Amino acid sequence: MKYILQRIAFYVFTAWAAMTLNFFIPRMIPGDPISALLARFQGQMNTDAIESLYVLFGIDKDASLWSEYVDYWKQLFNGDLGLSFSAFPTPVSEVISEALPWTVALVGITTVISFLLGTGLGVVAGWRRGTWVDGVLPVTTFLSSVPYFWLGLLAIYVLAGPDSFFPSSGGYDAGLVPYPDWAFISSALQHGILPALTILISSVSGWILGMRNMMVTVAAEDYITVAHAKGLPERRVAVAYAARNALLPNVSGFALALGFIVSGTFVLEIVFSYPGLGFLLFRAVGAKDYPLMQGIFLIITITVLVANLLADIVYLLLDPRTRKEG
Amino acid sequence: MTIPTSSIDQVIPGEGAMAQPEAATPTKAKRQRFRFLANAKATTGLVIMGIYLLFAVIGPWVAPYDPNARSNDLVAPPSGAHWLGTTHLGQDVLSQLLVGTRGVMVVGLAAGIAATIVSVVVGVSAGYLGGGWDDTLSALSNVFLVIPALPLIIIVASTFENAGSSIVAVTIGLTAWAWGARVLRAQTLSLRKRDYVEAARASGESTWRVIFFEILPNLSAIIASGFVGTVIFAVSTEITLAFIGIGGISNWNWGEILFWAQSQQALSQGAWWWFVPAGLAIAFLGTALSLINFGIDEFVSPRLRSAGKTKIKTASGHTVRMRVGFTPVLANTAAPRTHAVPLPINLNGATPVLRSSGKEGAQ
Repeated sequence: MKYILQRIAFYVFTAWAAMTLNFFIPRMIPGDPISALLARFQGQMNTDAIESLYVLFGIDKDASLWSEYVDYWKQLFNGDLGLSFSAFPTPVSEVISEALPWTVALVGITTVISFLLGTGLGVVAGWRRGTWVDGVLPVTTFLSSVPYFWLGLLAIYVLAGPDSFFPSSGGYDAGLVPYPDWAFISSALQHGILPALTILISSVSGWILGMRNMMVTVAAEDYITVAHAKGLPERRVAVAYAARNALLPNVSGFALALGFIVSGTFVLEIVFSYPGLGFLLFRAVGAKDYPLMQGIFLIITITVLVANLLADIVYLLLDPRTRKEG
Repeated sequence: MTIPTSSIDQVIPGEGAMAQPEAATPTKAKRQRFRFLANAKATTGLVIMGIYLLFAVIGPWVAPYDPNARSNDLVAPPSGAHWLGTTHLGQDVLSQLLVGTRGVMVVGLAAGIAATIVSVVVGVSAGYLGGGWDDTLSALSNVFLVIPALPLIIIVASTFENAGSSIVAVTIGLTAWAWGARVLRAQTLSLRKRDYVEAARASGESTWRVIFFEILPNLSAIIASGFVGTVIFAVSTEITLAFIGIGGISNWNWGEILFWAQSQQALSQGAWWWFVPAGLAIAFLGTALSLINFGIDEFVSPRLRSAGKTKIKTASGHTVRMRVGFTPVLANTAAPRTHAVPLPINLNGATPVLRSSGKEGAQ
């Protein structure tokens, strides 16, 4: 329990740091892109909206930095992330809440599959070191070096086309309304397969390598020799003795991988025009929609932190040592 | 007059007493210096890396065309005139690729160096100084580890009016140091407790001397591998940024080529020559860097090396698979596994000892 509380405290601290960073970035940048944009929307915004943007981006030069900071937090706690410029006058929070489920589903499902598959293959690769399996490693290295988005481009070029099963863009058929019925879900699945496969191919090799190296390290431990000496079947030694202990660092490596996978997914969404946060961020950058960009950064950071907390809980369940200390 | 013996040594090198130690020292040094290269992975990686560095230097000079020059061959497939075809404006793809190499390498290496410096400073001070320093710096690097880097970099880079390659390099460098710092901190913590460091401290060496002369040399492999890892990250990030449309438009970064290929419908036109070469260039660069990193890892920790030929035939015709950490076990056979001949027992001279048979004895 103590362990979990410590982790929660750390994530709260991280969230605070990220939001503070978010507060300072627009204030540190030379030039004033926001007032230029405000000028463009002159007359279309009501005073409340302009006020909220002032607080978020600090154009109000009269207020002290501290009072701006306090106002910024007050506004965040009210869930007010400002108005989107590109989807004016929709609030940023509304625009993001439409895109968030797509990204969470895509990243979540592919990460879990990739973790399970990669760890399984890593166990085999580590245990069977010195056989033909070693030859697979350079291939996985090459695949992990390929940028996500290029693999996506290639997948579209090779697999998608006007009369192919795989659609090359979008998250569902243009004629459908996002509603949880069968036609929509099957269409969403059909659109999701290609992006998901691309993420899977790029991300699985990292897990394989990590797990292989841990297996090799663990295989030299005394308790493995003891397990062998006891005459246990090879399979049992590999799975219940070696893999079980090699798994822990891989689970704690989840945190690092997640940030990386989210980044990769963002770019893939751009390639596939997938209606998630990455594509939204891309459009926001193109339209210089600063409130939307900042909002996306906040939401994605918080989502990653929550996912990390879940990984920590799994770690707690797997590693009895952390439980004893608590 | 007689010639002194010492001058004979000078006249005929390699003969006489003086020549021997001189000849021995360089071979010894040579063997140690190139031990890293004996690793096939590292050598392959370094050779590919060398080719990239060469093109980074000579790329703009050997490029057959000006990468911005338009021609009348629009979206033309590879031909004698344009080895890698042309773009929607008739620009030569090969020239763009060659000119872009320099930008990619410079930004990647600059960001890698910046991130490595930050990670060494943060990681080593956190590990060595301990206490409050450690808590603060570890928390800082953990925060940077967890925050998704790419969205942050996109936001910072796009907030600048004209994000040039130097801004991109600095931004990547300042966000990519955390992993290296974490690894370095862990290793410094373990080094700090070693006897030789304790001894150095006990003999009155200053903190800085201990850090620079006792600890840092022993971290060099980790620093090198962290640097290579950061360069991989930096290269892929800057290319991604260019692909999204952030960053210098002028320097024909490979991401730039892919950006135009994507936005000008190269995919639906079947213009594979437009985006395949750039992607392969990135992939081979990344592979080369990863191979160097594997080389470093295996150099430091021999256990990770691919074991090569591990199946060994025993004299009795069985095959055994040798593995580090394992005692080779032969399959159960009726035939005896030893070639030792039982000693003839002299019944007259000694009392025979009754031994249990082989099977029971094994238990």
